[in-house]
Amino acid sequence: MKNSHLWRKTKSALASAASFVCALLVIAPLALVFLHLLRSGASAVNWSFFTELPKPVGVAGGGMVNAIAGSFELLGLAALVGVPVGVFGGVYLAEYGTVRGNWLLRFVADVLNGVPSIIWGVVVYGLVVLRFKSFSAYAGGLALGFIMIPLIMRTTEEVLLLVPAGYREASLALGISRWKTIVHIVMKTAIKGIVTAILLALARVAGETAPLLFTAFGNRFWNHDLSEPIAALPLQIFSYAISPYDDWHRQAWAGALVLVVMIFFVNILVRFLTRERVARVL
Amino acid sequence: MPIAVAPERPAVRSTIDRMAPPSGLGDKVFKWFTLAMALAVVALVFLVGWQLARGSSLAIHRFGFHFLATSTWDPVAEQFGALPFIYGTAVSSLIALIIAVPLSIATAVYLTELAPLWIRQPIVSLIEMLAAIPSVILGLWGIFVMIPWLRDHPFPFLKKIFGWTPFFSGPIYGVSMLAGGIIIAVMILPIITSVSREILRSVPNLQREAAYALGATRWEVTRIAVLSYAKKGLFGAVILGLGRALGETMAVTMVIGNTPQIRASLFAPGYTLASVIANEFTEATTDVYLQALFEIGLVLFGITILANLLAQLLLKTMGSTIKSGAVQ
Repeated sequence: MKNSHLWRKTKSALASAASFVCALLVIAPLALVFLHLLRSGASAVNWSFFTELPKPVGVAGGGMVNAIAGSFELLGLAALVGVPVGVFGGVYLAEYGTVRGNWLLRFVADVLNGVPSIIWGVVVYGLVVLRFKSFSAYAGGLALGFIMIPLIMRTTEEVLLLVPAGYREASLALGISRWKTIVHIVMKTAIKGIVTAILLALARVAGETAPLLFTAFGNRFWNHDLSEPIAALPLQIFSYAISPYDDWHRQAWAGALVLVVMIFFVNILVRFLTRERVARVL
Repeated sequence: MPIAVAPERPAVRSTIDRMAPPSGLGDKVFKWFTLAMALAVVALVFLVGWQLARGSSLAIHRFGFHFLATSTWDPVAEQFGALPFIYGTAVSSLIALIIAVPLSIATAVYLTELAPLWIRQPIVSLIEMLAAIPSVILGLWGIFVMIPWLRDHPFPFLKKIFGWTPFFSGPIYGVSMLAGGIIIAVMILPIITSVSREILRSVPNLQREAAYALGATRWEVTRIAVLSYAKKGLFGAVILGLGRALGETMAVTMVIGNTPQIRASLFAPGYTLASVIANEFTEATTDVYLQALFEIGLVLFGITILANLLAQLLLKTMGSTIKSGAVQ
């Protein structure tokens, strides 16, 4: 009986069924979180959420316009750091270097990718906040930018390697110099993929809270000077979530819904825009 | 998401290097510029190490190795020991791995070996969406949905059945080491699943075909030809997940209870290395306090770097095994 064909077939079917249940369990949290976000968040998202500053405790209403704007400002600053370093580092990995040297650089980038985001907060605190004696938007942007570097570098490399070698050879055969070939032929061909890599990295750091806790710090008002503390959506969600007030909890759910919708939107957009080949690499 | 296993690289670069070695000023400048950018990753590793060591030099000098072995955390008396946090990080990550590893690997197996083709891509997309949910939002859900549910249903049930063991005894608050472990598990499910999936996909089809030719069933093919072949890579995926679990901050901070104590019961609140930094950094009023938190950061950086080094080594050498395996 134990090794009969029927028993082996049954065992195979049982394994399929069990692994299917595991797959369902893995995506269950997504469904649970998203449904709850819609239920608790949708009722609190309204016009004033996008146009008003946070109200003090006890005053109903108010919004997070400063935090939404602050998040975008921080992302802009982060891009200033992360994009040039990440993209051109990726160019080096794809176009120059030796096999062994690049293996090592790739290795270091992947290890760096695993550094907990809170550590970046501590490092930038020591590097910027202590030196200039103030929490600032610059510090927050720098911390997020550091996180983006290895992400963008590795995906840019993968995207550039998809450009057929014939393009490079054809360009070089015309006597065009190496760097012009890279910039005008290789990078231009892969521009969609590079933009995708940048967008995905931005979507990833847009939800980061830990590196901003003691760099950007948060702010209940508008930030008029980037060397001052600035509000950010994830920070605001965190401080409202751990507060004892029901009103603020509702605001936290609203903020969470807005943040998740923005992040999902970028992720889905990116997957629509890119060709199948690029999408697989990312 | 960078791919874990390096894909086959076209051998065109050497031809191009021979055809057009970098020449002229423009080429030189561009090459050195991109090299400098690529070296930034190396510089960043040193920058992190240096900043953390510099920020904690006084604390290291003052507490020495006792810092890692003392369990008093008393900012008022300026007594600092990291043991409760090391314990909390270890236990919560262990719980997370116990929950997440079987689920993720089974899901990866389902997605590469057993599932009908049409269902694979939708599930992969959903897992990518789960990975995109920010930690703070998972924590928000944890506080208001998961904790109340755990407190009212699964926790009393566990206590009734396993209450005689020290791990499931004592009062139930909801916020607890177990809740922290569960939320970390949710955070690392997507990464272990997607890396495991890449690993399984890189197993050469020849392996499967050989087993099918011997008359094996689908599950037998998976077990004998695929899983045993991919063991090393799957271990790498698990260690990578461990690295993420150790450093997970926001969601854990919101559900673990943030109490620096060492209790056998998993229902008791705990504290992790990452969450003590997140919670107390801006409150650190004295120099020693801040220094101690920097040192906690140094410890956390040390163990996550070790975990990631090990994981990447396993994953990258798995890639080369595959290549040599394909040649045979």
